Amino acid sequence: MNAVVKRARTEVESALSGAFDALAPQLPGQARVRALRADAAALFASQGLPTRRVEAWHYSDLRAQMKDVLPLAGRPDAGAIAQAQAVLQPVREGQVRAVLVDGYFIEELSAGLVTSDITLRTLDDVLETGDKVAIDILSAKNLGKGDTALALNTAFMRGGVVIDVEPGYHAALPIELVSITIADAPKAIFSRSMVRAGAGATFTLVEKHITLGDARVQKNDALVLFASGRSQVEHSFHRARTGDNEVHVHSLLTIVWEEAKLNSVALVEGGGFLRRQIFARFEAEGAELSLASATLLRGKDHADTTLVVDHANPGNTSREYFKHIVDESATGVFQGKVVVAQHAQKTDGVMKSQTILLGDDAAMYNKPELEIFADDVTCGHGATVGALDPAQLFYAMSRGIPRADAETLLLEAFAGDAIERLSDESLREAMLQRVRDWLKGRVA
Amino acid sequence: MLEIKNLHANVGGKEILKGLTLTVKDGEVAAIMGPNGSGKSTLSYVVAGREGYEVTQGEVLLNGESILDMPPDERAAKGLFLAFQYPVEIPGVNTMTFLKAAMNAQRKHRGEKELPTPEFMKIVREAQGKLGVAQDMLRRALNVGFSGGEKKRMEVLQMSLLDPKLAILDETDSGLDIDALRVVADGVNALRGTDRGFLVITHYQRLLEYIKPDTVHVMASGRIVKTGGPELAHELEARGYKEFIGQAA
Repeated sequence: MNAVVKRARTEVESALSGAFDALAPQLPGQARVRALRADAAALFASQGLPTRRVEAWHYSDLRAQMKDVLPLAGRPDAGAIAQAQAVLQPVREGQVRAVLVDGYFIEELSAGLVTSDITLRTLDDVLETGDKVAIDILSAKNLGKGDTALALNTAFMRGGVVIDVEPGYHAALPIELVSITIADAPKAIFSRSMVRAGAGATFTLVEKHITLGDARVQKNDALVLFASGRSQVEHSFHRARTGDNEVHVHSLLTIVWEEAKLNSVALVEGGGFLRRQIFARFEAEGAELSLASATLLRGKDHADTTLVVDHANPGNTSREYFKHIVDESATGVFQGKVVVAQHAQKTDGVMKSQTILLGDDAAMYNKPELEIFADDVTCGHGATVGALDPAQLFYAMSRGIPRADAETLLLEAFAGDAIERLSDESLREAMLQRVRDWLKGRVA
Repeated sequence: MLEIKNLHANVGGKEILKGLTLTVKDGEVAAIMGPNGSGKSTLSYVVAGREGYEVTQGEVLLNGESILDMPPDERAAKGLFLAFQYPVEIPGVNTMTFLKAAMNAQRKHRGEKELPTPEFMKIVREAQGKLGVAQDMLRRALNVGFSGGEKKRMEVLQMSLLDPKLAILDETDSGLDIDALRVVADGVNALRGTDRGFLVITHYQRLLEYIKPDTVHVMASGRIVKTGGPELAHELEARGYKEFIGQAA
């Protein structure tokens, strides 16, 4: 006999549910959105925060991290906006840039918003005006089902932007989405953004996450990336290192249509507790999805990358290349699951996870999974964890390169193997520079 | 000048070098020949400073200075070079980047300024032309996907760029066909000079047809058991190592 074990709600879980009940009337959105939020809140109320007992969260106990409920972030004041502005790179002529501060869209920091080929709306506007198609996509109902951290985002989502790139448009400059958190006081952030590539549209999306300050932050945000048929999207993701007090859950929800090409490359620097979850689904045939990342961890960082690639339809290709460098007493987690539906024949999937452990107390948990119901597929996965190769180190040192420099050379190459997959040269070089900076910090 | 005196070394707790004594003078090309398992490669790693090779007795002097306490990079900066039997592949590290890092690291060690890129390029281009190293190889990751001959040519290219005082060639002929062997040997011969010594380690006499040694040492069971002129190599080729294996054990 199976007993259903119901566990007691923690104070935090009860408080979150209570906060939702109190706030719901003020959150943006009409009836459909309200229903969406209510369903998500109900899921959360019944399941609570993910713990180690939830398989997909086995190595990252979110409930243990969320010991109390932090106040919802309010709109940033002029001081916060000025702080955010100080870290923005100069924008290029004609470039589209959307800046979020504490999850809110800040128009004065953004640029290039009025063009005929790219439309930008705030999430709140889209939810309020009831754009049915956009809301359907935003709700991403086939992705991350049952994930209560994502449900929390759905229940509370506020702030964020919705960017539409017109069919057939080829953007010459990258579209930037910069999310800046001003950690000057404890706060919770729940924002969701969406970028929709129209049919055949081609562009690069640069997503950046920056936190300033070291106050306690709970950031639970999501990006819905929708690739229409034959669109080609390159997605560059960078999460800059944060202080130790950030608990960050980031969900990337990706929907890929026929013959679309989506190439996502991430540089994830640690800091605090990070869960980056990627849910991707092929909705048609002939598409290619590539996900790569280099994750750099030190101190007591905990970073978890968990992805589910759902080959719900035949004839699609997916590639996953995940690299971790784990130093000191940091912990890395990689869980990758490739699901191939029964009728998804001619699926081609390869997943690789490679880790270099540097610190004596560094740890890495790898869980690659294939769940294949079709019979005519090519799928494989591999995971390695090890130290730097002593033969390579000796070779470099025998040429006169000191140990620290030899290690840096090898580590940069290791991380670079993921970053090289970015085709935009200037973005790639900027990312590699961040890797070098991180490695410099290590030597010092 | 390289002086190795009564060198004893263990690998994994087992003694491999058992009192080896050897001198390579400036300008001298000394060959070490010996059967498999005699400790030839161990000798090259111990001199170059590889971790896991424990010296229990004896000393190694480079130009009068003891190098055994130095890490490999310092030994290199003092003028030691090891051409590997199996050059290591380093994925993701562009060959040019590696060459530049190595040259500048040694210069820095000697208190010299970094090479400006145009000058570095010029030096590489000259050396590369002489050795028949394709431009394409320099753009690829170091040794990754190189053929056996390409790898050995890359070793000699590095040797010529780093301009060592004493170069150890560890079984440089292994895995090479005659044409590749000739190119590599020509490269080495071009670097011969009165102020540079070579220690050429080989199993076969063949390499010594192309790189003519001044001295030939026979190594067996971790020691030098016989020393002679170039004719010794021919004798070994004719008679094999049998008599030495018994003698040293």
